[in-house]
Amino acid sequence: MRAPSSRDAALGEVLLAVEDVSLSFGGVRALTGVSFDIRKGEIRAIIGPNGAGKTSMLNVINGFYQPQAGRITFKGQVRTSMRPYAAAHGGIARTFQNLALFRGMTTLDNIMAGRTLKMHRGFFWQLLRYGPALKEEVEHRRRVEEIIDFLEIAAIRKIPVGRLPYGLQKRVELGRALAMEPDLLLLDEPMAGMNLEEKEDMSRFIIDVNQQYGTTIALIEHDIGVVMDLSDRVVVLDYGQKIADATPDEVRNDKNVIRAYLGEPHGTSV
Amino acid sequence: MLYREVGQYKTNYAADMAVFPILQDRIGIAVILLVAFVVLPLIGNDFLLNTVMIPFLIFSLAAIGLNLLTGYAGLLSLGTGAFMGVGAYACLKLTTFFPQVNIVIWIIASGLFSAAVGALFGLPSLRIKGFYLAVATLAAQFFLEWCFIRVPWLYNHSVSGAIEVPLRKLAGVPVTGPTATSLTRYLVVLSIVVVMTWVASNLVRGRIGRMWMSVRDMDLAAELVGIRLLRTKLLAFAVSSFYCGVAGAMMVFLWYGGAEADVFAIDQSFLVLFMVIIGGLGTLIGSFFGAALIYILPIALRMIPAAFGLPIRPAVAEQLTFVIVGVLIIVFLILEPNGLARLWQIGKQKLRVWPFPY
Amino acid sequence: MDLPYKIFVDPFVQMGTSPDLLVQTLWDGLVAGVLYSLIALGFVLIFKASGVFNFAQGIMVVFAALTLVGLHQHGVPAFLALGLTVVVMFVLAVGVERLMLRPLVNQSEIILFMATFGLTYLLIGLGQLVFGGDPKVMIAKELYLPHGAIEFKGLGGFVSLQKIDIAAAVIASIMVAVLAIFFQRTRIGRALRAVADSHQAALSVGISLEQIWVIVWFAAGVVALTTGIMWGARSEVSFSLQIIALKALPVLILGGFTSIPGAIVGGLIIGIGEKLGEFYWGPLLGGGIESWLAYVIALGFLIFRPQGLFGEKIIERI
Repeated sequence: MRAPSSRDAALGEVLLAVEDVSLSFGGVRALTGVSFDIRKGEIRAIIGPNGAGKTSMLNVINGFYQPQAGRITFKGQVRTSMRPYAAAHGGIARTFQNLALFRGMTTLDNIMAGRTLKMHRGFFWQLLRYGPALKEEVEHRRRVEEIIDFLEIAAIRKIPVGRLPYGLQKRVELGRALAMEPDLLLLDEPMAGMNLEEKEDMSRFIIDVNQQYGTTIALIEHDIGVVMDLSDRVVVLDYGQKIADATPDEVRNDKNVIRAYLGEPHGTSV
Repeated sequence: MLYREVGQYKTNYAADMAVFPILQDRIGIAVILLVAFVVLPLIGNDFLLNTVMIPFLIFSLAAIGLNLLTGYAGLLSLGTGAFMGVGAYACLKLTTFFPQVNIVIWIIASGLFSAAVGALFGLPSLRIKGFYLAVATLAAQFFLEWCFIRVPWLYNHSVSGAIEVPLRKLAGVPVTGPTATSLTRYLVVLSIVVVMTWVASNLVRGRIGRMWMSVRDMDLAAELVGIRLLRTKLLAFAVSSFYCGVAGAMMVFLWYGGAEADVFAIDQSFLVLFMVIIGGLGTLIGSFFGAALIYILPIALRMIPAAFGLPIRPAVAEQLTFVIVGVLIIVFLILEPNGLARLWQIGKQKLRVWPFPY
Repeated sequence: MDLPYKIFVDPFVQMGTSPDLLVQTLWDGLVAGVLYSLIALGFVLIFKASGVFNFAQGIMVVFAALTLVGLHQHGVPAFLALGLTVVVMFVLAVGVERLMLRPLVNQSEIILFMATFGLTYLLIGLGQLVFGGDPKVMIAKELYLPHGAIEFKGLGGFVSLQKIDIAAAVIASIMVAVLAIFFQRTRIGRALRAVADSHQAALSVGISLEQIWVIVWFAAGVVALTTGIMWGARSEVSFSLQIIALKALPVLILGGFTSIPGAIVGGLIIGIGEKLGEFYWGPLLGGGIESWLAYVIALGFLIFRPQGLFGEKIIERI
């Protein structure tokens, strides 16, 4: 367990604030009036039972869904909606619950794809390749290799990702997100489907990313142990609404949260 | 045993990312280029050059074009024939207006016209995906086919409705027209194809190739990584059509010597698509394999039984080709959806460890 | 100033002043539309039940018609030839299921789509090899199909409706009605709908996917045969029909890939739209715009409504 006081001092101003966001699909209300903020440098967990709207929340943040109501403030700029390209450009990267890797490409190419925004050599240099385009390619390759070393996936870098086991695919996806050098990293169930060892590895990576690179992280996670250990603050969603927003310890003891997860005991009235 | 990489260490990233990282591959490609540029001109006869090599090279280039669009960028197109046609007609008009300019320059420039048309018809790709996009490209195909017939200006108002190729020279030697020898034409085609293949390999290994493959594999994720979908897709259409346009111009100017509009009909689109499927979607070498197989097959079907004393009528040979190509496509899709290119890769893999099984 | 008039006013004036020509054009469009609908129907059947976009539907039409005519040319009496052709289509369905669908069962849609390209070429080659590549005459008389035309004098002029076209429209309607009843009322029809919805769920209640696929490809084959007979009776049986059959694709775009009423409505819209376009606006462009107008209409639809008229809006989930 980390010492909350020294971390609190290190955490900066608000990086992202979500205000009163509501989202529906047809008749289904995925989110209703959700508001919370994420501070620079923190690890923010978003938890809640299945169907609570956690993934929808992340999708709204990085521009994949446009909310019907509410605002998002990112790096001081207020918007009602954002296109995915703008989110990427602004420094938001994410991973996905069901993996969104480029299955036809190798690990290396997938992570290099994450560098696209940083590569500027134009079309005509690309035609020639030798010269500026190659230099740029080598420079970014170097950076990508650092990420590969960090995530310990050097042995699989030339293998098409479709052939990798699930746990490694998740790591590659994290690598691709890291390659974007994001200010805000959104992780959607990064530990899903992993065994204890893999979870420990992934936790270590997440903490290292946060501490070494200073990346702000928002993560959705079901494993409460992981949430308690890793996060600075927690938001709890249930049926599309926010029911708690506090430190892990406070949230663990919150009546509403317990009720949302465990339900009502029989024979007890509210 | 021969194909081992033992002792070949890469000491920098550039070497690791080279086209032919393995020494044996480099030797191989040098040999192929030597044969193509030196040996074949020395020993080749008209038939070999005119009926086998030139069309094989031209179709390979068209297949590369389609492969860039469909194999690398994942955008299915049935308009290849029409885009080839745009190149051919553009070349005719350019050389009609400016006959003093070198024809090779016009052949390359005609690709730009194809690229523009291709990008135009690629605009719907922002909203439309998959099969639906294929139907949009059919609109391009049929509309352009109609233009080729109904716009007499395109074929210089010739009475026959066909493109008539004028005599053009390169450094004093006839390159197009009836007096151009097959050797001259072969060398021009070969040079253009080699250079353009090299350029294509540069593109696919770099940032742009990765952007195309990302869009192909999962366009939503590509967007979230910061790739702009419309620009990337339009670029794919433009570059692909450029290649097809140059191939079309070469087909008329450096092979047939003239052409009627039905050369660029939808059958041509299918033919090139089959080359790409059988050869291997998403590979450059597959374009060559596919072109070789599909183009050479009917020739082989005509010649081999004749060599054994059992001649087949050309019509029957053509029909048999259809049947065999159809069956081959299904068989390849079942056994090796990645086509001949993957079989080649597997073959090389086995060579690496030969004579051991693994 | 002249051009806008020619585009926006003149055609309608022409329509008004010669209503007989308008009716004739509408009728021709309807007839073409019925035939496109029938081809699209074959697509929809197969796509609904197996998710395969059967590019070979067009060539199946030609192949069925060729088989019928070819058998008759070899001396087989007309109705026996018809029965034998039905058997041939059944054998084709079994062959396709066993040799093409089963080995490719878990592959992506694009791969299956490309496999049907292979099937197309195979059938083209086979058809030409066995029956010869030259156009043939459909055995309309032998099958007791009506002949000649009904002519109206009226509407200021003259309208001619070919009896075979009327028969085609009637037969097409009967076929659609039979298929609709079959899908809604019978056990197999229910199974087909189940398979169209979810392969896995259908498997889990004991429906044999293979049987269903054979049935569906056979049904599409019968539809193809009917289309081939009707189309062949109007003009001739030739391989160029295969290219015309590609027009079923715009029909599917309008009507959606899984809707039988959609195929009908789409076919009629495309058929009528095409004929009207060609007749009234075609001369402005030099004629012959029928070859691409259908695709451009479909393209226009796609841009504004990517799922077609009847399809479901695609919501992408990530």
